[in-house]
Amino acid sequence: MKILVCISHVPDTTSKINFTENDTQFDTNGVQYVINPYDEFSLTRAMWFKEKQGASITVVNVGNATTEPTLRKALAIGADAAIRVNALATDGLFVAKQLAEVVKNGGYDLVLTGRESIDYNGGMVPGMLASLLDYNFVNGCVGIEVTGTTVSLTREIDGGNETHAATLPMVVAGQKGIVEESDLRIPNMRGIMMARKKPLTVLEPLDIANATSVQSYEKPAPKGAVKLIEADNIDVLIDLLHNEAKVI
Amino acid sequence: MSVLVFADSSEGKFKKSAFEVVSYGKKVAEQLGTAFTVVTINASEVSELYTYGAEKVLRVSNDQLRTFNAKGYTSVIQQAAAAVNASVVVLDSSINVLHVAPMLAVAMQAGYASNVVALPSEIAPFTIKRKAFSNKGFSNTTMNTENKIIGVAKNSYGVHENPVTGTSESFDVILSESDFGVTSEKVEKASGKVTIADADTVVSAGRGLKGPENWGMIEELADVLGAATACSKPVSDLGWRPHGEHVGQTGKPVASNLYIAIGISGAIQHLAGINASKVKVVINTDPEAPFFKAADYGIVGDAFEVVPALIDKLKAFKAA
Repeated sequence: MKILVCISHVPDTTSKINFTENDTQFDTNGVQYVINPYDEFSLTRAMWFKEKQGASITVVNVGNATTEPTLRKALAIGADAAIRVNALATDGLFVAKQLAEVVKNGGYDLVLTGRESIDYNGGMVPGMLASLLDYNFVNGCVGIEVTGTTVSLTREIDGGNETHAATLPMVVAGQKGIVEESDLRIPNMRGIMMARKKPLTVLEPLDIANATSVQSYEKPAPKGAVKLIEADNIDVLIDLLHNEAKVI
Repeated sequence: MSVLVFADSSEGKFKKSAFEVVSYGKKVAEQLGTAFTVVTINASEVSELYTYGAEKVLRVSNDQLRTFNAKGYTSVIQQAAAAVNASVVVLDSSINVLHVAPMLAVAMQAGYASNVVALPSEIAPFTIKRKAFSNKGFSNTTMNTENKIIGVAKNSYGVHENPVTGTSESFDVILSESDFGVTSEKVEKASGKVTIADADTVVSAGRGLKGPENWGMIEELADVLGAATACSKPVSDLGWRPHGEHVGQTGKPVASNLYIAIGISGAIQHLAGINASKVKVVINTDPEAPFFKAADYGIVGDAFEVVPALIDKLKAFKAA
């Protein structure tokens, strides 16, 4: 089985979110970048396929050269090869079309992604990619088993889970549950050394127009200070929730 | 050119998010000066939608879609959009619809903006405001394509009454075998419980509760408020509560009207998942807990004293 895992390079959750250039650019100053957490769950599940069922894993990112350390980290975790499509990822459909080209040329059976990225939270690339390729697609996947070309999947739904059957090739967007947080792997020294020797191919992008473009960014309005209520004065809380906040 | 809304239903019934997207779509149609149509799949009673401005409703009735099928739903919405010549399609942000939206974007060769929180600020160029960075920022995005898909973030625009004299007609769709490449085998769902996605109020608790045996009062508080129960990540990792209750960055997102956090310190990963909630109440023994900085109302106190007292007072309030 040939697996492609799509990796977003995103600011760590604890990053301060600021904007520059008249609020038209995200301020990368002092920001630590990580593998998108949702993608990391899917990458870890891919590692299990590799170790138990003999799959090969390629990781791919659409981004400029600054994203390469994130791809190297994925190689250090255990992916076999990496591809970087040399373009800024600023629109979901643009990214999906670039990835579709990579999938077509690489003949992958299973494309694993995260449910969404934690920076732009668009949640659109996996479904678009599947549709562009005319592959089966399951979103929000919390469990996957592959036997031959038969795939059994569990998807999280409101208030429960749904089990699906499908066949390869397909695109699956994972989240916590496809593996657990405790299953995630920290690259060891040997992995990091080996990652340096693994191939990282840079591809030039297809020339496609963005379907959407960001004109400017805004920060949420500053929040007022918390109103503290004495623990023995709960009537006051109920009054505030009813008359001021109007939520009960 | 026209505006089409897909009003999603579950077991024939609409959820609040359906009324929200109908309210939103009606306004966009007014802004654009175009016709407005709503499409439904296996909804039992569509006249409720007239209250929110749905003048024309297409009713799709199809036994193959009694259980959700992403490709089948995509095909239905695409066929409805073609029939009414829609160039703007408005969708909600439920788990199922988030599955459909990107597939529909490709099918309609449309740009897709998800997490939209307001009406278009301009219609030429078509510009809308979206949440980003886990609710720590917004982007003003222009959509450059002829066809546009707008995914409205839950509980962001709100439900607005706009009564019209509506009509509905049955709409026939053609589905092919290839729409069912992914088949549903089994659905496991807790019945009779308010889900986190649908709840106006969410009562959430963390490690401050000391053990799973202490959740009785959390469930009772949720009952009194008609709320869903949720928990922090450590609590689900410890197995005190089911994974489906974990809210926060890698868990379920919450965008309720009222979020009550009990014994949760408010780690940044937790806040990232719940900060779309409108009003946040924090109950914690530690006055330095970071959650107090993100909260609207706070009580510094022991949950084992505060929560039972809150239940009693709320019961009295509800009875009054």
